Amino acid sequence: MTGSSRGAAVELRGVSKRFRTSGGALPWRRSRSEKVALHSTDLCVEYGSVTGIIGMNGSGKSTLVRILATLMLPDTGWARVFGHDVVNEAAAVRRHVNRVSVEASFFKSLSPWENLLYSARLYGSDDDIRSRSSAVLRRLGLPESTFDKPMRQLSRGQQQKVAIARSLLTAPSLLLMDEPTTGLDPRSKREVQGFIRAMRREREVTVLLCTHDLAEAEVLCDRVVVLDGGRVLADATPEGLRTAARTATLEDAFLQIVGRSIDDDVDTPEES
Amino acid sequence: MAAGTASGTTALRREMGALLGFMERQRNIYKRFWAWEVVFFAYSLISVCSIGYLASGLPSIGGGAQVDTRTTQLYLLAGALLWSYLSLIFMEVAYAIGIERWEGTIEYTFMAPVRRTTHLMGVWCATVIYGLVRTAVVIAVIVPLFHIDLHGVNGWSVLVILLVATLPLAAIGIMVAIMPLLAPEKGEQMSISIQGVFLLVSGVYYPVSVLPQPLHALGLASPLTYVLDGIRDALLRGRSVGDMLPMLGMLVLSGLVLIPVALWLFSRAEQRAKRLGLLKRSG
Repeated sequence: MTGSSRGAAVELRGVSKRFRTSGGALPWRRSRSEKVALHSTDLCVEYGSVTGIIGMNGSGKSTLVRILATLMLPDTGWARVFGHDVVNEAAAVRRHVNRVSVEASFFKSLSPWENLLYSARLYGSDDDIRSRSSAVLRRLGLPESTFDKPMRQLSRGQQQKVAIARSLLTAPSLLLMDEPTTGLDPRSKREVQGFIRAMRREREVTVLLCTHDLAEAEVLCDRVVVLDGGRVLADATPEGLRTAARTATLEDAFLQIVGRSIDDDVDTPEES
Repeated sequence: MAAGTASGTTALRREMGALLGFMERQRNIYKRFWAWEVVFFAYSLISVCSIGYLASGLPSIGGGAQVDTRTTQLYLLAGALLWSYLSLIFMEVAYAIGIERWEGTIEYTFMAPVRRTTHLMGVWCATVIYGLVRTAVVIAVIVPLFHIDLHGVNGWSVLVILLVATLPLAAIGIMVAIMPLLAPEKGEQMSISIQGVFLLVSGVYYPVSVLPQPLHALGLASPLTYVLDGIRDALLRGRSVGDMLPMLGMLVLSGLVLIPVALWLFSRAEQRAKRLGLLKRSG
């Protein structure tokens, strides 16, 4: 779990996060409970690598991503992105990070072009934005006729491609991808995966990829971290995990490590 | 030293670019929802007109010949117009967070390398421009409709008061925008309630002197009261900017005090939201 000679892009030490939830409509009938999203977690992501975080819903993947994106404060421990503390140096962290989440979150009434322009302005990367946006969208296979249509008229796959274009236009050094291919048809999924591979070849970017798709993790990731119930259960190369578990596939290795089927998945509000 | 100045200039340029980005986004949203904007404009015009007709009808309701219809009409219309402008700004600035939650973009905006001041001021500037244009169109309709005699009205004073008033009003807008951060599900309704309190205590349709003591004190603390008084003085008595310097100075001072307080409160609310994990689409 230590960084290699290339240095750590992301480091977490003793990071934990718990949420309080309450049920019942009336204050005096309200029951309170706590859910630990992350137990004391240590993690080191090597510069320029693609690291997969695999785990079921509620395993702590999205909480981890949100802490690194400066959207959530850890209860204990510290996290650094390129040496900057995510709490005390949040502004410096934000300049290096972008994110693609499972939901392609956009202003749905605006067009891809208007959404991309807005995002580029926030990141100060609005030079020649129209031609750069068009180039990325075309490369992702988005038809040119959709560039000026409201986002709500685009298919789920097309929206996700715009989300990927948005994250890339700001030239992040760390790309947080939280289930970017979930819900996509096989062709769109393949196009997105191909684009991640191409992006890796062309520029130095560190990718943290949270996914349920273990085949995807196997082909895209240099390293895979298995997260379950907010704890890191394993951290190795896909091949290393298979070898250690003596299984033929990463999925079998994963099931053996977590000790239950992926169908036992339990959704929690914190991870939605 | 030179490197520090250069990085400072770059940072300022980046923030200005982001400010432009927020304003441009608001403009694009207004454009895409133009049909709704027409509906809101019609509603605003109808509200102002109904207040104007109320003033026209006062002599027959019970005031008799003692009511100075022109003064009453200008008094009430000034309140109605200003309230239509201010309520638009309140709602839009309060909605600065609400719309992000509704669209699901809140996390993307909050993780962008942009100061929250830039974010809120961008929305504020776009709304002020839009609000002024919409109010100008309403005025263009009601002046001939009610045969309003603008002779003796000091237009410069009205403009200067509106511009100076943007400072304390920006602070109030930011404070109102905190509500959807504190309570993701009920924040917008809370914003509307606060707006209602300002309508009650700030003398929009009556002098604050008619309010009972606790509400009167709130009215005196509200910057809107002074904005309304100043505009009515310019409209009804033609008072010049020079005559109103003490009041203008007080509005500037209240803005300079309230804006940092509002930004501090917003940053505390943002930290709380990050601690509790509320910066999500659904909260």
